Amino acid sequence: MTADKFPSPFELECPEGAEGWEELYSPSVSFGEARRDYEDNRFWFWDSMHWGHAMTPWDAVFFEIAIASLSQMNSRHYRIPPADGVDFRILNGYAYLSPVGVEPSLIEARVPQFMERAGFYFQNWDDLYERWLVKVKDTIAEIEAIDFSPLPEMEELSVVTDGVGYGSGYELTVAYNRYKDLILKAWNYHFEFLNLGYAAYLDYFGFCKQAFPSIPDLAIAKMVAGVEVDLFRPNEELKALAQKAIDLGIARAFDDPDAVSLTGEAGAEFQRAWDAAADPWFNFTSGNGFYHFDEIWRDNPAVPYAFIRDYIARIEAGEDISRPIEAIRAERDRIVEEYRDLLGTDEDRQAFDSKLGLARVVFPYVENHNFYIEHWTMSTAWRKIKELGATLAKDGLLGADDDILFLRREEVDEVLWDYYVNWAVNSPTVSAAHWGPIIERRRGIHEKLSAWSAPKALGEPPEVITEPFTIMLWGITSESVNTWLGAGGDEGDLKGMAASPGVVEGPARLVFTPDDVGELCDGEILVAPITAPSWAPVFPKIQACVTDIGGMMSHAAIVCREYGVPAVTGTGFATNMISTGDRIRVDGSSGTVTILG
Amino acid sequence: MCEACPIVDWERELPTIRSFTASSVDAEMTDHIVWFDRYDRDAHQSVVGGKNASLGEMMMAGLPVAPGFAVVIGAYQQIWADRSLVTDVNSLLRSIDHDDAVANRAVSQQIRDRIESVEVPAGVASEIASAYRALGEHCGVTDLPVAVRSSATAEDLPDASFAGQQDTFLSITGVDAVLTHVRRCWSSLFTDRAIAYRHTMGHMRASIAMSVGVQKMVDPIASGVAFTLNPTTGDRSQVAIDASWGLGEAVVAGEVTPDNFLVDKVLRQVISREISDKGVEYRMTADGAVSKAEIEGPRRTVASVTDEQLVAVAMLARRAEKHYGCPQDVEWAIDRHLPDGENVVMLQSRPETVWSQKPARPVTSGPVSSLDSIVSTLLSPLAAPQSRSQPTDQPTESIARQQPEGGPS
Repeated sequence: MTADKFPSPFELECPEGAEGWEELYSPSVSFGEARRDYEDNRFWFWDSMHWGHAMTPWDAVFFEIAIASLSQMNSRHYRIPPADGVDFRILNGYAYLSPVGVEPSLIEARVPQFMERAGFYFQNWDDLYERWLVKVKDTIAEIEAIDFSPLPEMEELSVVTDGVGYGSGYELTVAYNRYKDLILKAWNYHFEFLNLGYAAYLDYFGFCKQAFPSIPDLAIAKMVAGVEVDLFRPNEELKALAQKAIDLGIARAFDDPDAVSLTGEAGAEFQRAWDAAADPWFNFTSGNGFYHFDEIWRDNPAVPYAFIRDYIARIEAGEDISRPIEAIRAERDRIVEEYRDLLGTDEDRQAFDSKLGLARVVFPYVENHNFYIEHWTMSTAWRKIKELGATLAKDGLLGADDDILFLRREEVDEVLWDYYVNWAVNSPTVSAAHWGPIIERRRGIHEKLSAWSAPKALGEPPEVITEPFTIMLWGITSESVNTWLGAGGDEGDLKGMAASPGVVEGPARLVFTPDDVGELCDGEILVAPITAPSWAPVFPKIQACVTDIGGMMSHAAIVCREYGVPAVTGTGFATNMISTGDRIRVDGSSGTVTILG
Repeated sequence: MCEACPIVDWERELPTIRSFTASSVDAEMTDHIVWFDRYDRDAHQSVVGGKNASLGEMMMAGLPVAPGFAVVIGAYQQIWADRSLVTDVNSLLRSIDHDDAVANRAVSQQIRDRIESVEVPAGVASEIASAYRALGEHCGVTDLPVAVRSSATAEDLPDASFAGQQDTFLSITGVDAVLTHVRRCWSSLFTDRAIAYRHTMGHMRASIAMSVGVQKMVDPIASGVAFTLNPTTGDRSQVAIDASWGLGEAVVAGEVTPDNFLVDKVLRQVISREISDKGVEYRMTADGAVSKAEIEGPRRTVASVTDEQLVAVAMLARRAEKHYGCPQDVEWAIDRHLPDGENVVMLQSRPETVWSQKPARPVTSGPVSSLDSIVSTLLSPLAAPQSRSQPTDQPTESIARQQPEGGPS
């Protein structure tokens, strides 16, 4: 059965028991009568690539901040000629996006503005990127330094003797505001280079496709991919620690990752090595950094311990687990040389060199920003907001440590004010009584929303998708939209992106949350909505990988290729159509997945 | 009688030939054989003849032709140490009336018979015998069927263009038969056509001599053709390969639809595969003849080549393309007897004609700044991939149908 449009956001019912879900989020992110004409005439797609689960209020805070930051770079900073921002809504807890194009008559006037602004970034990229690293690390350090500890019974004497004149209640209010500001700043930084980087990459990509109509996307990606990339560092650190444990003779301590005890001189030495690696490299989440439940390695060592155990086993089996840096570099050079050689004219070779050159300049940022923002910054951000939640619970403002996740950010202001006033007055607080039942109801609603199956898209799709960022950042094309529309009636093969070559058959294992990753057994095929870079250590175990979502340049695809595991990404429905235990064939060269039964 | 006819003047060459004494022949035992895979242009070009030199060149360029060796011209020159042979051949040559073609055919036959009556010099014979046995051992076959080919050298002739007038003997088995055919190759320098040709060309002071090539007969498990581009799109980063069981005849004659593959030249991966139902194959019988057989059972519908072999074929085709400097149309085979890893052999390579004759379509049209290009990419991000996917004059789909008449060489 094939339809020509997706359901209207106004005709979808809310899941039973989730009535009133809108109160979990800002009023500005709900579909509603005030903007109905505008909203009903747009095409919205579910960004399951980044937000695959129903959001709690704080998950939504980061969602809103991220997309607003993305948007402002296009619309206000660089004046991308055909693209303004990306509009965003939440429906039944799920993230829907709709890129906003520029009125055709206004595009021309933006071209010189774009060229001046983007041109400056391209010309000074390396220098600006150096500065970016400093700015981001400073911002992370500032977030890290924020003090959300409980308000004191009595101010320090120095507050008086130094003549400070204000107290901890004020400091806490400032700290919370500062926290929100820094998160917004960090997300501005996230998009400072990203869209420009993708634009340069896409230009090079288009050239390659024109020169070699059937060049695999994989080959195009391989030619620019960095060899030593920060995003791979966490995993490299794990390998080094596994070797360290063996060298120190304490390999067996990791046999049960949930009960690792590091004792004696060897244990202490391992701990020192661990600490050196953990900050910053284990500010790494098992998810994508966008959800409160993503486990941060640094704070949940059982996760990296389990990976260390697996690496120990492989080293002990005589395997060489080091990355063959020289071979990777040589292979990259060979591919570039051969394509260059196959071009028809010197002019083409010149264009190829310059586009590849620029793509390589921008690419370290494209690959590495993910570690600095999604992992490091977001690890720190989640740790801090949870700290605040624990403080508020400890002093009785909220019932449980994680209650805070079910409050909107402006509601937290109200709780903090209650806290402040009653700390100042020394009187009872009202927050627990007021917010307790609300939070309880919201938890119930969130549970119902989590069980809802969100449609891939809403509204009527344009005849042809030409919006550059839909294609570049989300890998959504007219073809994928048609696949979504036609889903259900067709029981043939699943088609997706040929993200990493090779053909294998084996049993499928569905993995929906980072917690399920540990269930993967040797020789299984990982089937997931999307994978995260931090799942890298399981890639040597699995035979192949299939995802619902993701283009060639998603961080997940990068890791799949790095580990040489055949992969088909962006199938749309793999997790709906495949069950754990099904035998499937994955052809990562053609992008096909066949369910054998 | 033709006083000017140069080739008759063997006496002039005799001083050189006479220098081959028995002891010097012994000393040069190993010098009568040059293996194709140890070919060295500087050392060997002048002693192995045009045909063998080209096989050696291909081998050294990484274009694996079937293995074999050349018997160098020195071997041929030794037979002229026999003064009575020289005298007999010269008197026969002098008797030629170049206007009487029929009579000349008879004289030519007499000369050839006379040359073939001479024993291959003992040292040369034992070298050929042990080289032939070594070749058989390498392929795991005793009495290996080989092709024995003449390969003339002519210092004064840039292209030894009478090469086509020399003989090739196919499916020769056993040491004795090989030696017999080596002599036949030597004598093929005196076919009536060769004699007439040299006469017409006034080929003076000829230092013409004959080398002989002994090369394994290719016995294909599977064979086919490879184009060093995608014939549908002209994409030069791909190799299109047609393949079927046995010799290439069935495909060329259109009796089977071959399996069709696309291999990425750069990533060295099989990109697409169409496996067809292959009903017949042509096979080489023990005596070197070719027979047609029905294909039974699962072989009909499985791929006739493995992915590894496909990649090897593609790499071979790519090397041919590089070697010759333009897109190629390569005939190849997977040999039954050669060990894995060296069983993909090239039978022939010629320039691809369909796409090569089109003017090159550059991707860029004049210098465009990076930023301009980025702006146009942003304005139409999908324009690039669509523009070239459907050329107006699309070549036919199957490579096989583009082949000229006639089987593999």
